[in-house]
Amino acid sequence: MIISILKDAIYLKYGDFVLEKSEISLVKEVIIKQSKFLEFMQLVKDDKDLKFDILLDHTAVDYINENVFHLVYHLYSSIYNHQVIILVEVPRDKPVISTLCSIWRIAEWQEREVFDLFGILYNNHPDLRRIFLEDDWVGFPLRKNYKDNFMLEK
Amino acid sequence: MENLNSLTTNNQAVILTNLEKILNWARANSLWPLTFGTSCCAIEMMMATGSAHYDLSRFGAEVVRVSPRQADVLIVAGTIVKRMAKPLKMLFNQMMDPKYVIATGSCTISGGPFIYNSYTTIRGVDKLIPVDVYVPGCPPRPEALFWGILVLQKMILQNSLFKNKKTRYRPVLAALPEGICIEEIHNEMKNILKSKKYL
Amino acid sequence: MTIQLKTLNEILHNLDEKKHWGTKEYFINMGPQHPSSHGVLRFVLKLEGEIIKEIIPILGYIHRGIEKIGESVSYRNFVHLTDRCDYFSSIINNWAVSRTIEQALNMETNDRIETIRTIFAEIQRIQSHTMWWGVFGMDLGAFTPFFYGFRDREFLTSIVEETCGSRLTMNYIQPGGVLYDIKSNFIKRIKQYIKYLRPRIEEYERLISDNVIVQKRTENIGILTKEKALSFGSTGPVLRASGVPLDLRKNDSYGVYDKVKFSVVIGTKGDSWDRYWIRIEEMRQSLNIIEQLVDNIPAGKHMVTKYTTKIKLPVGYYQSSIETARGILGIFVASNGMENPYRIHMRSPNYNNLWSITDMAVGLKISDLVTIVSTLDLIIPDVDR
Repeated sequence: MIISILKDAIYLKYGDFVLEKSEISLVKEVIIKQSKFLEFMQLVKDDKDLKFDILLDHTAVDYINENVFHLVYHLYSSIYNHQVIILVEVPRDKPVISTLCSIWRIAEWQEREVFDLFGILYNNHPDLRRIFLEDDWVGFPLRKNYKDNFMLEK
Repeated sequence: MENLNSLTTNNQAVILTNLEKILNWARANSLWPLTFGTSCCAIEMMMATGSAHYDLSRFGAEVVRVSPRQADVLIVAGTIVKRMAKPLKMLFNQMMDPKYVIATGSCTISGGPFIYNSYTTIRGVDKLIPVDVYVPGCPPRPEALFWGILVLQKMILQNSLFKNKKTRYRPVLAALPEGICIEEIHNEMKNILKSKKYL
Repeated sequence: MTIQLKTLNEILHNLDEKKHWGTKEYFINMGPQHPSSHGVLRFVLKLEGEIIKEIIPILGYIHRGIEKIGESVSYRNFVHLTDRCDYFSSIINNWAVSRTIEQALNMETNDRIETIRTIFAEIQRIQSHTMWWGVFGMDLGAFTPFFYGFRDREFLTSIVEETCGSRLTMNYIQPGGVLYDIKSNFIKRIKQYIKYLRPRIEEYERLISDNVIVQKRTENIGILTKEKALSFGSTGPVLRASGVPLDLRKNDSYGVYDKVKFSVVIGTKGDSWDRYWIRIEEMRQSLNIIEQLVDNIPAGKHMVTKYTTKIKLPVGYYQSSIETARGILGIFVASNGMENPYRIHMRSPNYNNLWSITDMAVGLKISDLVTIVSTLDLIIPDVDR
């Protein structure tokens, strides 16, 4: 499906989940409210017209000036061959969101990586611990205010 | 070793030499490397040691061992990060004396392309273990690794058993072809960079 | 609100709790340095006898922080960092970044550039699969395929080196074109190579695929069903072996893939034999693609923009993906209008393929674990980035 048709379909069906509409039509992102997030993901996976069955990617972006994290989820449908990017805003001083392990199993590892590098906590995650760095590492490296004496800044 | 012909008496061959030279000759020509590769330079090392186009067995270093107790030379290939520093030191301590270290690739010499803004890369493996030969490149060609092994062999042949056992000799610089000095090479590089013909 | 943070030491201590009469469960460590060529991967296995009860993969032994480095370099300089992640398909990794930037800036490239890019991507795919085949034989214990795989890869490296200048880390496909134009005897050498490799693949099938030991060691081992493969986020040959026809070269075409004829290879059961056989067949399909393209390379420029122009993306999010030899590689860029990206993220195929092993290998023996890891075709610097 062409991306503008897909986004209009999502706005039509799930209008009350959406936080704000993105005006630029080339970009394939949809912004969702944080409180209804888990419900939305379950609906979008089972919907017979959308059928997003692969969670390709999950990452985060740190906006330190506006005090938010943007969490990014990239969904792909292997049946209809369309894809969409879902954005959720989380406040920076209380970064908690519910996990998606019950819907897609790969979310367990992807969320561990985001916890390791950004410090975002996941509600009801079965095994939340660091994955790349050692257990006694202090700090979250990919945040913008990360200071380290070992690193050589350019 | 002394010339063979001058020593034959009554059709019996006798070679006179000293113990140091025999041991150094034997050690230099039968180096056993350890398989230790973390990232891309490991592939070029495998190409050199185990492949069908580049032959390392003519230098005697073809037998690649897996266990550090059986190996002589540790060829470090690939970036070393903080989490890998402790296993690397454990491997180096498990090797038996006399042992040598070759650092291949720019990641092990100084950190490579990952110097700036990396919170885990160790900038140079000589902060952890003592290194004998440095082989530059990213990744170095298999022929460059052969150069490194030949330099190491030259170093071992100069080694001495009983005097000054604790000092390590500086690495031997590869000899330039005759009649060329290093300033000429510098000037030629400057001219090429100015003319911009490589773009 | 139930958030529980754990550490690795706690989990390893808890593994040792049960002690009963009979066999005691114990755990061993397959350490970061081991005699295979995947890289530094560490497993902690909980065993009972020789049957595996639980696998814990421990990563981070080559984590260099490439995403943090990417925030301080320009877009063109990031291209040379990507081809040190998955170094067997480095030209394809460069294409992922170039495709993102070209889609973001609406840059149009001409036909010659796209044809050259497609040919080189298929060459890299064949290189990666011959190398995988050699290492697969070595992991099972046969040393002969190792030499054959390396020898075939070496012929291609010298062909590619003539044009790109480098053997392993190419930095060849840039946003706006390719770095150097192809040399004059490239076409002749590629045709010779295609004639050389086709009968060799038949010979390799007689050597390994028709071998009873290999068949018994790979059939019905490590079955990954279709629903599980989709839920575990696998892509590439691992997903296609389970029966899902997802190949980005057909579904989301880039380059000139929509103008050539090739078929997507799909397996039925999802066991190790399917994952092995698919890659051998993909080699044949890649040879077909190159053969169709190499005679009719259109004329034109090899670079559309000047190499030294600065790239600045407008504010927003950009994303695109490429099918590498191992799965889907995605690049996600968040830009704030400056020369350096604000946040750049690589969705690596090997990271998402690895986790399915915690489910596949439970109940099997250690030698089966080696087979499964070998058919998953992992490159560890791509897992850790």
